[in-house]
Amino acid sequence: MNFTLKIWRQKNVTAKGEMVSYDVSGISADSSFFEMLDTLNQKLIMTGGDPVAFDHDCREGICGTCSLYINGRPHGPAKGVTTCQLHMRAFKDGDTIFIEPWRAKAFPIIRDLIVDRSALDKIIQAGGYVSVNTGGVPDANTIPVPKEKSDSAFDAATCIGCGACVAACSNAAAMLFIGAKVSHLALLPQGRVEAATRVQKMVACMDEQGFGNCSNTYACEFDCPKGISVANIARMNREFLGAKLFSEKERVIKESL
Amino acid sequence: MTRLNARIPEGPVAEKWTAYKSGSKLVNPNNKRKLDIIVIGTGLAGASAAASLGQLGYNVKVFCYQDTPRRAHSIAAQGGINAAKNYPNDGDSAYRLFYDTIKGGDYRAREANVYRLAQVSNQIIDLCVAQGVPFAREYSGLLTNRSFGGAQVSRTFYARGQTGQQLLLGAYSALSRQIAAGTVKLYNRRDVLDMVLVDGKARGIIARNLVTGEIERHAAHAVVLANGGYGNVFFLSTNAMGSNVTPAWSAYRKGAMFANPSFTQIHPTCIPVHGDAQSKLTLMSESLRNDGRIWVPAKMKDVEKLRNKEIKPSDIAEADRDYYLERRYPAFGNLVPRDVASRAAKERCDAGFGVGATGVAVFLDFADAIKRKGHDAIDSLYGNLFQMYEQIVAESPYETPMMIYPAVHYTMGGLWVDYELMTTIPGLYAIGECNFSDHGANRLGASALMQGLADGYFVLPYTIGNYLANEIHTPRFDTASSEFTLAAQAVTDRLKQIKNSGGKESVDNFHRRLGKIMWEYCGMARNDAGLTEALYQITELRQEFARGVKIPGGLDEYNPEIEKACRVADFIELGELMVRDAQQRRESCGGHFREEYQTSEGEALRNDDEFAFVGAWEYSGRDAAAQLHREELQFNEIKLSQRSYK
Repeated sequence: MNFTLKIWRQKNVTAKGEMVSYDVSGISADSSFFEMLDTLNQKLIMTGGDPVAFDHDCREGICGTCSLYINGRPHGPAKGVTTCQLHMRAFKDGDTIFIEPWRAKAFPIIRDLIVDRSALDKIIQAGGYVSVNTGGVPDANTIPVPKEKSDSAFDAATCIGCGACVAACSNAAAMLFIGAKVSHLALLPQGRVEAATRVQKMVACMDEQGFGNCSNTYACEFDCPKGISVANIARMNREFLGAKLFSEKERVIKESL
Repeated sequence: MTRLNARIPEGPVAEKWTAYKSGSKLVNPNNKRKLDIIVIGTGLAGASAAASLGQLGYNVKVFCYQDTPRRAHSIAAQGGINAAKNYPNDGDSAYRLFYDTIKGGDYRAREANVYRLAQVSNQIIDLCVAQGVPFAREYSGLLTNRSFGGAQVSRTFYARGQTGQQLLLGAYSALSRQIAAGTVKLYNRRDVLDMVLVDGKARGIIARNLVTGEIERHAAHAVVLANGGYGNVFFLSTNAMGSNVTPAWSAYRKGAMFANPSFTQIHPTCIPVHGDAQSKLTLMSESLRNDGRIWVPAKMKDVEKLRNKEIKPSDIAEADRDYYLERRYPAFGNLVPRDVASRAAKERCDAGFGVGATGVAVFLDFADAIKRKGHDAIDSLYGNLFQMYEQIVAESPYETPMMIYPAVHYTMGGLWVDYELMTTIPGLYAIGECNFSDHGANRLGASALMQGLADGYFVLPYTIGNYLANEIHTPRFDTASSEFTLAAQAVTDRLKQIKNSGGKESVDNFHRRLGKIMWEYCGMARNDAGLTEALYQITELRQEFARGVKIPGGLDEYNPEIEKACRVADFIELGELMVRDAQQRRESCGGHFREEYQTSEGEALRNDDEFAFVGAWEYSGRDAAAQLHREELQFNEIKLSQRSYK
């Protein structure tokens, strides 16, 4: 198969970027999107050009490293897959394909198609954990967890932290990402203890990092490669409101004493 | 001649770990603050170690090449994690888990380490549940288990087909908490390119910032390697693209011995190679073999017709199919261990009976299972795997047999460590897949996750204290010292030399060529003549690489080609050592099959009299052959026997 690629090229965070056109030919329909880009890069290297920088690692859809905005969609046209699981048979021979990085204020561009997503790490560091140390925990079967809750927690926990939800959102909000972590832990008795403080810390950090807010377009769920549901955003909002109201009540009680 | 001392504690095997912990030295909390530890890698072993050491109050610096610690390749593990909880009441115990691991490793692992692994396995499950890892549960709300990889007991805990992901996210959350607390400092997008020794002890590292190209010096009182396995020496493997041996290899060059490098595991159920542009391989859970039947055509004319697409697999009559595993191993059939199933597939393909466009694949057929159990039952068991297969291959396993072929998956070999997980360099530790210690010549399913977390959460935090207790008077190191300056200069020189070598061939090309040599001569089956040929070809490849490789871009910027070049240069040297190791081991054991050493029925033939040892290699300089040291294995608990699956 042959394709024309229009790729965003940008030397570093401060440089001005632009779309540059490339042709690739002789691509197998069974090749993955990255194998197609590998072919382009080998050609560029051999002809003295500058290979295109893009993030990728496991190439089996689970590490969340890959982050291409293809034809106006995070991870491209196929539903429920990451860029690395996208195959060239999803395109037509002769297609022109537009490839850009994730675009969000909180994700500065490092080079070409690579962005810095450490803002997502910062949000987890703000509270996306249960505060247990190694050792000194009860036997794993001490606290039964209803299967339905455990399954829902798992559904939320499958988030791979790729940031497609942010890239898909017109406000560059990270609320699906945060909602997934808040839900995962709030649904389990082990995470319930810190649920109120967790959600407040994570939301505060989200604001600090420069992410936007949710306006219910559901684009995040549609483009999430793991199909994380927007119901998690609703749960996060409930948790947040509950925590705020509770802390407000506490303040009033304290001040009246 | 041996300089190896595994420092195994005295006493009965079941009491060694307790005795060790009672007798080891402790560091008081005020002193822990003054001690620095570097951890390299953030997979299950590295993240769990860094988090636990941070909790104890040490100053930890953790390094990963990925953009965030959560992406380490432990994340891709599917099946599960073993523990001797005996929740199903089916007779499991620490002893049985120990026994199965030693036997599964074909009697080439160290008893004391493996017993400790089995002992701490239960604590891992407790901790992970407390962290919020959503393991599979029964309707009672209690945890559920399954039997995995032919085990006779159900001891595997799992989180759908994403156990590695959930365990890693648990460790990552613990690590994130310590980063926020300030006990751990994260250095992401860094390649660790060298170890720094001061007076013979590990005292720091040289890293390259992958975004800016800056060469950084970091000092510490101890260094922990957790950089994973080296399966990418084969170019095509189920490892992540960035998985590499470089930190461990730089330790080897500085004097840490490398043990059993030829012990690699080849997993039988991966999606076959589609063509020359292939960049990596995808594994399908081996649970598929519970219901799938493996076959190839029995007649060559059918092979040809299939390849020319004149017939479909379903057109081949039952009598004209060769269910070769059922034919050769009537007792275990399609459920023979990974190494046996892999070799049998290769044997059929080498004989010309392979299927698919490349002829390098076999069928895994669910037609009978669908007839017997019904479409819905098969869907509930394997639905997600069938989807994954269809996504990659664009064929539905409900309609036509899957095609599979073995692929490199795990490396049992690694840096030699003693009972405390310390390498032969004082103060340098190796944990998880990057050490050699627990899986012998073959790893059992669901044991890799167990070992990574055991090392990081429950073993290293104890053993490193025993070393650091003697370091409390050692002040922090100055990275301007001559040792650091020399190491940094050597790294810079090497980068410049590679960058300016001005060759015509790209790094990927060299890597592919190395992979082909390794797969052909040091893969599923090895023989003396082939290994000699491999040595010759690798030497040639190494010389060609030294003469020049084509690297675009500069050193002071983001440049994945220079990253890859450093990794491939190390893989070429490692490849040579793997071949030497495979050649010296004149027996077949586990994943190491030497064609000269097999029974009349074509099964692996161990030689316990001469080869019941760990082969640990010592670096002797760039152009000298490495020197072999032996750690003789003592089997006091377990009687050695021959595996049989007939």
